[in-house]
Amino acid sequence: MGIISSSIARKVAMALSGLFLVLFLGQHFTINLTSTFSPETFNEFSHFMGTNFLVQAILQPVLIFGVIFHFVMGFILEIRNRSARQISYVSYKGSANSSWVSRNMIYSGIVILAFLGLHFYDFWFPEIAYKYIEGNPADATRYYGELVEKFHSPVRTGLYVLSFIFLALHLYHGFASSFQSVGFNNKYATALKKFAKVYAIAIPAGFIFIALFHHFNH
Amino acid sequence: MKLTLKIWRQENAKAKGAMKTYPIDGIEGDMSFLEMLDVLNEELINKGEVPVEFDHDCREGICGSCSLQINGEPHGPDRLVTTCQLHMRKFNDGDTIVIEPFRATAFPVVTDLIVDRTAFDRIQHAGGYISVNTSGNTIDANSIPVNKHDADDSFNAATCIGCGACVAACKNASAMLFTSAKVSQYALLPQGQVEAVERVENMVRQMDLEGFGNCTNTGACEIECPKGISLENIARMNREYLSATSKG
Ligand code: HEM
Ligand code: SF4
Ligand code: FES
Repeated sequence: MGIISSSIARKVAMALSGLFLVLFLGQHFTINLTSTFSPETFNEFSHFMGTNFLVQAILQPVLIFGVIFHFVMGFILEIRNRSARQISYVSYKGSANSSWVSRNMIYSGIVILAFLGLHFYDFWFPEIAYKYIEGNPADATRYYGELVEKFHSPVRTGLYVLSFIFLALHLYHGFASSFQSVGFNNKYATALKKFAKVYAIAIPAGFIFIALFHHFNH
Repeated sequence: MKLTLKIWRQENAKAKGAMKTYPIDGIEGDMSFLEMLDVLNEELINKGEVPVEFDHDCREGICGSCSLQINGEPHGPDRLVTTCQLHMRKFNDGDTIVIEPFRATAFPVVTDLIVDRTAFDRIQHAGGYISVNTSGNTIDANSIPVNKHDADDSFNAATCIGCGACVAACKNASAMLFTSAKVSQYALLPQGQVEAVERVENMVRQMDLEGFGNCTNTGACEIECPKGISLENIARMNREYLSATSKG
């Protein structure tokens, strides 16, 4: 934890873990998208991800560590930042100088965290139980059916859609902001930031599309 | 102009302060915000009350002494000006103006609207200098050519007057804009290279020790800075810091 004791190291760590999650999100989206046009492709990808040794033994633990690191660090920063202003202003006009999303990363983050709880309960825990606890035989065709079944519920579909909106808010500030955090701020960064803003809306919008697609099509 | 002022009054560092309301009349649009407070103080003194204490010195936007959180923004609603340069014509007859001290744990209130900003001095002392002996052996400034772009960026960073508005504006009370301006003005020049590694490490360490918050890139500092110090300086400081730590 040596270097994490400095504010800039924490900032960079936050950015790198965030960027890593953004990459993962893109990959997750690509696989999910196949479920809307080719159940077979979706099953193949899912089976690969679920059974490949490298994915299961390395990528998955790294990802879980990344998520935990990111949100724990997010809470640590929030606590420190609150204590940096113990007496608050009577009148504080944040809207005059900064965007709502940038000031409320912790709240969009908390919604995402709650969503991850639901998401793990929906897919990850049953998956782990199926494979490693009950020790069921490998079945390369079950994934698509499990997915479709989950999105029957209007409540679940609604919660997913809502969470993706908050994910978009989180990324709308976060993705572009992470370039600044790692020290990248020049004319190329300006173009990259535009891409980040588009990505921040497009990917969550895509996830919303997938959720609604399965809800209304089956 | 007739105004209602809501001002933070606090007798001393230990006292519990509170907002107090003062009606005021006869304010001209050409007055500066501080002149408006002078008018109020004259009235208070005439009535035998304790005048409102606030920091000021040059009253022309160069010393960085004046402060004040005015209606929720440091140095008030205008851009690229300090409180001493803020004209009352930016307000309307009948307005209520809330005036508070800059709030940060690292900037404790001394009295009323005066806060202790010596934390900035300590950050500056930790590395905001170059140790070249210039007494008696001054070298011509042009003997080391500097790229115009770098010279301009360095100059712009050096225009930071250390007022603390960046900290006051930031939701995290982060001092990154100030510190990065002080790091950048040297990082961009050949004269600053000798102490580059220690400078950024020591200044950032001091900044953290003072209890300022962590930057989350909201950009509030850049908008509220009376000198237009750019966020690019923060990115530069992050790069400097990363390269310094990688050099050990
Ligand atoms: C699990 C719940 C999460 C919480 C509690 C959370 C919390 C936070 C907080 C408080 C920040 C602001 C800190 C800062 O800007 O320095 C932040 C930044 C960020 N987050 Fe999250 N987050 C969560 C999930 C995610 C996810 C799933 C992603 C990506 C898919 C993500 C991507 C980012 C990015 C890119 C940043 C910007 C880092 C920077 O400004 O340098 N976060 N997060
Ligand atoms: S960076 Fe701007 S706001 Fe901050 S101390 Fe310097 S001049 Fe004031
Ligand atoms: S009094 Fe000097 S900058 Fe305002």
